[in-house]
Amino acid sequence: MEKHLICISCPVGCHLTATRAGDSGEWTISGNRCPRGAVYAQSELSDPRRVVTATVASDSATMPRLPVRTSQPLPRRHIDALLNRLYQLQVKIPVKRGDVLLANVEDTGVDVIFSCDCPK
Amino acid sequence: MYDAVIIGAGVSGASTAWQLSRYDLKVALVERWADVGFGVSKANSGIIHGGFHHSAEKTLKARLEILGNLMFDKLRYELDFPFLRNGILVVAFSEEQMATVRQLYRQGVDNGVRDLEMCGRDRLLQLEPKLNPEVVGGFHAPGGGTIEPYRYVFSLVEASKRNGVGLFCDFEVMRGEHRNNHWTLTAADGRTLKTRYVVNAAGLFADEVSRNCGAEEYKIHARKGEEYLLDRNSKARPQKVIFPVPSKESKGILVIPTAEGTTMIGPTADPAEDKLDTATSADHMQRIVTLVSRMVNGISPRDVITSFAGLRPVLDGEDFYIDLSQKVPHFVQVAGIQSPGLTASPAIGEYVKDLLKKDGLELVEKETIEYRNPPRHELRHESPEELDRLHGDDPAWTHMVCRCEKISEAEVIEAVRKGHTTLDGVKFYTRAGMGRCQGGFCSAKIMKIISRESGIPMEELTKKGGNSRLLGGKLGENTVDTGEKEAAK
Amino acid sequence: MIRHETCDAAVIGAGAAGLAAAAEIAKHPFRTVVIDREDQRGGILRQCIHNGFGLRYFKEELTGPEYADRVAALAENPNTEFKLGTTVSEIRKLPDGTFELLLLSAAEGVAYLRTRAVFLAMGCRERNRGNLAIPGSRPAGVFTAGAAQRLLNIEGMLPGQSAVIVGSGDIGLIMARRLRWSGVEVKAVVEIMPYPSGLTRNIVQCLNDFGIPLYLEHGVVNIAGRERVQSVDVAPLEGGIPQLDRQFRIDCDTVLFSVGLIPENELSAQLGVELNPATGGAVVDANLQTTVPGVFAGGNVLHVHDLVDFVSEEATEAGRSIARYLDGSLESDANPVSVESNLRYVIPNRFNRNRKCTFSFRPLIVSDAATLEAELNGRIIWQRKFTWIKPAEMLKIELSAEQLNESGPLVFRLREEA
Repeated sequence: MEKHLICISCPVGCHLTATRAGDSGEWTISGNRCPRGAVYAQSELSDPRRVVTATVASDSATMPRLPVRTSQPLPRRHIDALLNRLYQLQVKIPVKRGDVLLANVEDTGVDVIFSCDCPK
Repeated sequence: MYDAVIIGAGVSGASTAWQLSRYDLKVALVERWADVGFGVSKANSGIIHGGFHHSAEKTLKARLEILGNLMFDKLRYELDFPFLRNGILVVAFSEEQMATVRQLYRQGVDNGVRDLEMCGRDRLLQLEPKLNPEVVGGFHAPGGGTIEPYRYVFSLVEASKRNGVGLFCDFEVMRGEHRNNHWTLTAADGRTLKTRYVVNAAGLFADEVSRNCGAEEYKIHARKGEEYLLDRNSKARPQKVIFPVPSKESKGILVIPTAEGTTMIGPTADPAEDKLDTATSADHMQRIVTLVSRMVNGISPRDVITSFAGLRPVLDGEDFYIDLSQKVPHFVQVAGIQSPGLTASPAIGEYVKDLLKKDGLELVEKETIEYRNPPRHELRHESPEELDRLHGDDPAWTHMVCRCEKISEAEVIEAVRKGHTTLDGVKFYTRAGMGRCQGGFCSAKIMKIISRESGIPMEELTKKGGNSRLLGGKLGENTVDTGEKEAAK
Repeated sequence: MIRHETCDAAVIGAGAAGLAAAAEIAKHPFRTVVIDREDQRGGILRQCIHNGFGLRYFKEELTGPEYADRVAALAENPNTEFKLGTTVSEIRKLPDGTFELLLLSAAEGVAYLRTRAVFLAMGCRERNRGNLAIPGSRPAGVFTAGAAQRLLNIEGMLPGQSAVIVGSGDIGLIMARRLRWSGVEVKAVVEIMPYPSGLTRNIVQCLNDFGIPLYLEHGVVNIAGRERVQSVDVAPLEGGIPQLDRQFRIDCDTVLFSVGLIPENELSAQLGVELNPATGGAVVDANLQTTVPGVFAGGNVLHVHDLVDFVSEEATEAGRSIARYLDGSLESDANPVSVESNLRYVIPNRFNRNRKCTFSFRPLIVSDAATLEAELNGRIIWQRKFTWIKPAEMLKIELSAEQLNESGPLVFRLREEA
């Protein structure tokens, strides 16, 4: 079995080919110009993840929306539910860059953290 | 009960309102769109014509054009709108064209226009160094010029309102009935107004209003004109308005140095699909740039920052129809006001007032008239010292929100307080959003100010009234469903 | 009261470029004033809430606001003042070679700022529908991608419910994902070139992830809708000409334009700075100094960048030059630099003999085998093979002082290999 993907780890975007004998077993990755491509392909084939960024409502007069991000890539199947949950929140300032808004989303070990300071 | 209701707040209706506002009368101005001037007038080229394109002996429009032209200096003093009497040049590139030029010159002289001069090539280039040096000759009408048409309409309406004229927008007249010696006008939303006299200045829809009031049957055709706006830093900006030799249907594609320092090229003249069709088309830009490049050097498509189209209301016979109705009582028709309608408009206002008087409307001058609009402050025209003083009154004066055109927050606030709550209305009042970034940077800020000052939530703001909502809702109102749950498969 | 202030360096723009230059100048005992019309530092980074920034500069993948906060922190200094919410209304050169800026702000009113050096860091504006003269009516619902991004990420407002994006530049691709993540439909991305103009990673994570179709070699030929957008007509292009007999309609209520950036050089023009038509930005020498002594430029106002890390590097270099200018030790040679085949432009336009120099280029071709070569006085002094060339990505290389050991014309070429 053969699958084609494009690596998104860096701007180059290597075209990767993943092959394995049959429907199960280990994938062999080719086409990557650096090791990150192989890592990305394995992850994308078994448990695709993305870094999610969004904004949440706040009570700040100067920054009514605060940017947030996942601390690491989050499994794709949880993204919609996370976003819908974030959009219902109302955050109280002050917050600092890196503060945790939501810890351990869906038991994945991934947090949602603030992307910038908002003192007032 | 009103003494007079004017249907249509474009240049004709607004001029009439302002004329009537000097008298002891109860007057109302009604406008079908969300703000005044939102019909024909806002897309006008803004030219104050020189009085030579049409014969004053044969046409009403020429007589009113000549009179109107002469009234603009006083109007500008009283109403405060941008006006530049920079002069018109009609230029010819061949001997055949020179024959037409001589005819126009003759017509202007016969019409009674002063200071026209026939020019040879050298005189033309002296008057306008940016002309293509291959020009053969032409003539110069120093009395021509340009105004900002939407600012003109806003100023007329402001002055009228200050002198007691009522304004009703989003008022589309569906029916007019005359009974018991008065008219009842009914709007699409059910509002009614009762009045002794009606002035039909409904522009593109004057024929429909006339029919809906049981008055004369006629047909208004829409003739579309597209214009292109050049970056204000374009080196091709001439000093004078440059006209080619006209054709049967139109005065030609012009190069227009506007009163606010930008340059426009156009308008074209093509039949429109319908009376609401202000779409621009693809094939025109290259053709128009080529045409005007023959007249003025250095015009590049790269300098085009936007284009738009306007519609001229045209009657068979191509002249103005301004007269008392012969079919229904106390009803003045003001129809077919195409070019030179803007130039003629001050005179149209007077002419209509005189028709009403002839028809029995008593004109008693008010004891006190607020005849001058208070001069406006505009950041881009103020000295630093004046800005410093204004800042003392209100820091919003030195908070620039539109950088391309140098517009302050205070001007935007003023626009909203004067009743302009659509993005287009604020744009026409202040010029914010008309510059090279076309609102890319300032629109969000302007929308916030409109919302704050008017109390209208941001998501309900419109571009030009009706269903022209600017936004789609608030973030969080829509459920995110990208099928990411399926992605793992 | 009109304020009169002085400083050594005035930095116009507190985005990535302005902050980097200010941070560098602050390492020297000079007084710097950084001016920005927004109320926050960071420029356009504030609304770029997605990640992908800083891999090179900070060795970490950051979101725009994170990158902005970090470069703003680096620019914090007792000798550096930030005037936010302030617009430079006018700028002029004084007879003694210094400069005077007229500043307007709600907080401070009117101020004149006299400075010895100026750093132009005003960034870009977006090309819009008006520049393209796309026919059709003028309904509500037409935005540039950046303007929609601001409304969404800063104000929390959805531009519409169902969008078509014109142009496959990164800003448009990023907004395609942002709209999907905001619950808004994205019907298509329409691109006139036969290849996308944004990064491939963005095609994957912004379009493919969401099943959004990309129409290459297609153009929008009409926008319909009287009050609000109702649909667009799209036609395939052949030789750049729309084939109207094969046009199709896409219903939508929003159109986003992502069709390029234009360096915002209005103030530069006021100073009489010579502009380069190939970049839209200033002509600069090896010090990133413009044709007006004391005026320097860097970042997007100089040429459109795709990586903010490059902006930081370039502006830092400019900051070093400004510090040398201020202490009188700046040297400026007039050796010309130009490009020949397959390159749109090179920055800078001059180099100094016996000093290393970083050169930035935009290729005109897509290639996976091309050689970039440098020829000085007719002699090839350097070349390198690239296996990855596309117009969407800026090339940066450095030549050493030893390599640039002669005065004379320096020419760069990009040769495609068979």
